[in-house]
Amino acid sequence: MAYTRTDRALNGLRPMEAKVGVIKNARGSAMFKIGKTIAYAAVYGPREMHPKFMQNVERGTLRCNYNMMAFSGSGNRVRPGPNRRSREIGLVTQNALAPVLDLTEYPKTVVDVYIELLQTDAGTRCAGICAASLALADAGFKMKDLVCAVSCGIVGGTPVVDLDYSEESYDDHSVDIPIAMIPRTGEITLMQLDGVLTREQLEKAVLLARDGIQKIYEVQKAALKAKFADGKISLEGE
Amino acid sequence: MGKLLVEEKSIVVPGDFLAEGMDYLPAGGAFRESDKVISSQVGVVEINGRLVKVIPLAGAYVPKKDDVVIGRVTDVSYSNWFVDVGYALDAVMSLKDGTTEFIERGAELSEFYGIGDFVVARVSNVTKSKMIDISMKGPGLRKLIGGKIIQICAIKVPRVIGKQGSMVGMIKDATGCQIIVGQNGRIWVSGKNPEDELLATQAIALIEEKAHISGLTEVVKEFLEKNKGAQ
Repeated sequence: MAYTRTDRALNGLRPMEAKVGVIKNARGSAMFKIGKTIAYAAVYGPREMHPKFMQNVERGTLRCNYNMMAFSGSGNRVRPGPNRRSREIGLVTQNALAPVLDLTEYPKTVVDVYIELLQTDAGTRCAGICAASLALADAGFKMKDLVCAVSCGIVGGTPVVDLDYSEESYDDHSVDIPIAMIPRTGEITLMQLDGVLTREQLEKAVLLARDGIQKIYEVQKAALKAKFADGKISLEGE
Repeated sequence: MGKLLVEEKSIVVPGDFLAEGMDYLPAGGAFRESDKVISSQVGVVEINGRLVKVIPLAGAYVPKKDDVVIGRVTDVSYSNWFVDVGYALDAVMSLKDGTTEFIERGAELSEFYGIGDFVVARVSNVTKSKMIDISMKGPGLRKLIGGKIIQICAIKVPRVIGKQGSMVGMIKDATGCQIIVGQNGRIWVSGKNPEDELLATQAIALIEEKAHISGLTEVVKEFLEKNKGAQ
């Protein structure tokens, strides 16, 4: 029997919300919420890179830190802080964002991005990437484009997009594929997959994700503009 | 024939298309990809003939040659001073650029500028790998004594200064304070009494907050007049 969703279409995303400039101390910050998953990202720097041997004399370095808060799961305490999983996700986030970011103006420095998950219901690394790319734009760094991310996959043999936890842990065969994309060019900057699926299923799932990413892009752009517009800018001349 | 895809003064985000066609040229904050001009920053669009430019609304200070900045001395070594100018890396002020006075061999350099002193200096050179040299030689460059330092966002400095210094001149006249605005967003304010300094500080904070509205001069003028009477 094919898997069906009750709350939304198979190609539908969970309700999204994005807000920019949520952490005043940071140079740039953003919140991205998709369904019950809530990610906050804060950008600090550019600051001098320590240890010195890690400095790049040609451009600044991006460093991402991913963390799930202790109370973010569904009851059991998540042990926060660095562990194998968060190190890996920090690294893939970094690789997902680096292709759009231009840090040539800041050699020998590091830009730190801290991603905190307040509440999790699957798709955390994708929500983290969405929040982080907004925060970097908010901080005023030069970027070719924003980066959007969403998960897609196969649940019970059916291709779906934006899996929640119940789908990710679906008993009868579930494959989860987080994808990050530069929406303007369609370049994929992150794609992870473990599980078994056919080539056709993969293609269908990725196409669903591509459409979902365009919707996320609109939400992100609106959020960024909302921070700066806010009725403050008048369009008359000086 | 190319065409513009956004209105002038509209807010754009990275990745937004600004113009189409080869006869528009990307300037600061924009780049070209095939025949499109695309924004690379959060900012406000400015169109100047064929040039399409994005004026940033946020961003870190990056030192440029000939910027006059307010720096804080962070370290003193044998032949130079290290000065924090608001960039990630400290600037270096060498002995010969530090002062026009004669410095004896083996003199204690911290007698000229000690750790924690604020100085007004000019960026004399910036290399590609961002080694920053600053100099104290030039009119108006000196060590700052008294007064207070305010930090604002560096990209809002042009609004604080105003056209030909009109904005800062207005605050100076209204409050009677001495004000030095560094390109790095540090502002030194020194008045005869704390109330004047406070008023100048509040006016600068107002400019920073409303930096991108038009008719800002009027808003600040009104603010100064209203609050001056209140004192």
